[in-house]
Amino acid sequence: MAEATPIQPTADITPEGAELQAEERARALAGEPPFAKSRPDPNRIRDSIRDAVIAAVVSLALFGPLVGLETTPLGSTLGLVPHWRTVAIIVAAVFVVRLLLNLFVWKSDKPVTASIGRFFGDEPVTFRDWLPILVIAGLLVAVNLVAGDVGLVVARLALAGLIIVIARKFIGPYMPALPYGKVFGVLFILVALVLPVISETYIPQQSRYLLDQGIVVLTYVMLGWGLNIVVGYAGLLDLGYVAFYAVGAYSFALLAFYFGWSFWICLPLAGVLAATWGMILGFPVLRLRGDYLALVTIAFGEIIRLVLINWADFTGGPNGISNIPRPSFFGIPFERGEGGFADVFGLPFNPVHRIIWLYYIILVLALVTGAIAARLRKLPVGRAWEALREDEIACRSLGINTTKTKLSAFALGAMFAGFAGSFFATRQGFISPESFNSLESFIILAVVVLGGLGSQIGIVIAVIFLNTVFELRELAEYRMLIVGLSMVLIMVWRPRGLISTRQPTAFLRQRKAVTADNISQGHG
Amino acid sequence: MSAWETDPLLQIERLTMRFGGLVAVNSLSFAVGRGDITALIGPNGAGKTTVFNCITGFYKPTEGRIAMALASGAFAQVGAATASGKTTIDGNLYLLERMPDFEIARYARVARTFQNVRLFSGMTVLENLLVAQHTRLMAASGFSIAGLLGLPRYREGVRAATERATYWLERVGLIERADDAAGDLPYGAQRRLEIARAMSSDPVLLCLDEPAAGLNPRESAELNDLLRFISGEHKTSILLIEHDMGVVMEISDHIVVLDYGQKISDGTAQLVRNDPKVIAAYLGVDDEEVEHVGKEARA
Repeated sequence: MAEATPIQPTADITPEGAELQAEERARALAGEPPFAKSRPDPNRIRDSIRDAVIAAVVSLALFGPLVGLETTPLGSTLGLVPHWRTVAIIVAAVFVVRLLLNLFVWKSDKPVTASIGRFFGDEPVTFRDWLPILVIAGLLVAVNLVAGDVGLVVARLALAGLIIVIARKFIGPYMPALPYGKVFGVLFILVALVLPVISETYIPQQSRYLLDQGIVVLTYVMLGWGLNIVVGYAGLLDLGYVAFYAVGAYSFALLAFYFGWSFWICLPLAGVLAATWGMILGFPVLRLRGDYLALVTIAFGEIIRLVLINWADFTGGPNGISNIPRPSFFGIPFERGEGGFADVFGLPFNPVHRIIWLYYIILVLALVTGAIAARLRKLPVGRAWEALREDEIACRSLGINTTKTKLSAFALGAMFAGFAGSFFATRQGFISPESFNSLESFIILAVVVLGGLGSQIGIVIAVIFLNTVFELRELAEYRMLIVGLSMVLIMVWRPRGLISTRQPTAFLRQRKAVTADNISQGHG
Repeated sequence: MSAWETDPLLQIERLTMRFGGLVAVNSLSFAVGRGDITALIGPNGAGKTTVFNCITGFYKPTEGRIAMALASGAFAQVGAATASGKTTIDGNLYLLERMPDFEIARYARVARTFQNVRLFSGMTVLENLLVAQHTRLMAASGFSIAGLLGLPRYREGVRAATERATYWLERVGLIERADDAAGDLPYGAQRRLEIARAMSSDPVLLCLDEPAAGLNPRESAELNDLLRFISGEHKTSILLIEHDMGVVMEISDHIVVLDYGQKISDGTAQLVRNDPKVIAAYLGVDDEEVEHVGKEARA
């Protein structure tokens, strides 16, 4: 043996086409199961009843103490008032509904909900599918006519949802490529622009309330769009976002208090200061990932709040700062009498003028935030943010400085929060650390997550929805229950938020949305 | 004389990487020739990927020097560069062991792929290639100011970047899928896209970590053609780790064999394939037999 055996090329060992076969298998498994649908369970009824009994027992264990026993003060001690009748009704309802669901939906060959499901899915609806959905709509209308406050509101919300779903099915076949996002965006801007005019003309009594709500909605939309840069684009979970909102508000309040500067001078300064704090806080934090980043951002949010409370000499401590100057209309104050806005323009004095002005300021601020964020996403820096969310190591292998990229996202998000905070201070005229607790951070984050990470339109829908539920007075103490319930429902049905697809920032031939399952959520 | 001896692009000298008590790479020295396709082979756990991670800055080597000469003959200054304490001399010579990973990619122009494909799966194929041109596009967008204003300078930059991306997509046969999400591509296409992404950043040295892993024979052959094209037409030097000997033997100008973190052979494909130490490392012959085979080979 004069020559050593050459090394066997391993490529020849792999059988031809094995890869193709494997791919085919994978495709077959991913699609419909290859086996026929199993025949109906012969023990269907027995199983259904057993399941319903279990559910009833569980609900008895849950609602027995929760609903069945009410504590009331009885002289100097506590007494228990039982509500066994209510518990019995609840448990019976759980049993019946669960049994019906089992028999006609879950264990049935032809689930009665299939036709309703078609309205939500992409399959075409047939003539017969209309019957159940119209029955439900009719029931909701009936509830509208007879029910009490809470039932009324719930029925109306459900009816509104149903109308949207039906309308989508109607429009869908005729306009398959309708850009829903764009249509909704334009509608939102148009409605927002004319809202004060319409409300002042047609519903002057409720106008003030409506405009106040509009201001709140727009403030949260602006905050949501700002946080979206950090959480949605760059994938950095920031639970202390309210800190920058506070920095913006206090920057303006303190600058106005100590130097007497006006809103328009302080607004950019507040943004710059908040961005600076974003960088100062971001720098040590950004080497952390995931859960650790989230924890540290909560801590930083709290630190800022505690500093505001305890540095009483400078910030006014828990008493806050009052008499913050109101914004003027290009130098003309909104005051009664000589030289005021109403006087200069020859209008009768009306305090709502100031509200309308505030409304338009926040509208412009929010739209500018949205436009800049949307534009930045399509620039190299925005693509780097999204690439960072997708894979940080690959980013570094392509020469992207991940620290700077993360910091830029953090600073920009903070800057928009600073603007919003500055607006908040001038609107309220009074701020205190109470307004900036971590619950506020969670609400803003909830808005971003519910709307769909990265989606601006989704955030608008989520803010309007949450604000509506919070404001419905008929719901009274059920508000948080409904908010929680709707969050659970959205997370079950659309785990990646209302609008979960991603529009690419560049395309060669055709813009195709990227589906949710490809998009990474970021690792911190 | 061969390129890695006369005109090296990358010189690794006494590279040692220890993880705690484990010596993954032990005093390794070799050179990568300018314009060559160099293969780094060895059994599993030999330390190949560790060497890669040291070159591309993902690990800081425990000891040793990794010098990259962008200009021919810049190695004459390597002593001066080391003594100066800086990372580069006039942009001609870079000392990679002193640089963070993203600077190695940006300034020393070393691009790499990964053993388990790392694409931006939620972005489209085209977007992946645009991210790779980040440094150039960022400059064109005037650090986002010109981009926000939509100045012609930025639009020109985007056009050039899209053109370059189109070129590479045509090269790797993915132009039809340019607007699809990278995560939707089949595995073989993802591997090709990763190479196209690395090439879009216009590197001088392309480091490929097992590019043929999981490819079928036809795809392997296409990969060979692509790598030959990259080194032939673009004069980009390639350093690859590969287990597929069909690929390695066919295209490599220079092969370096590692075992247990040490170099056991270094030379042309012909030389390495007949090296008894290599055969022993791959086929697991016992020491006595190695000696025996060695004698036979010499005879």
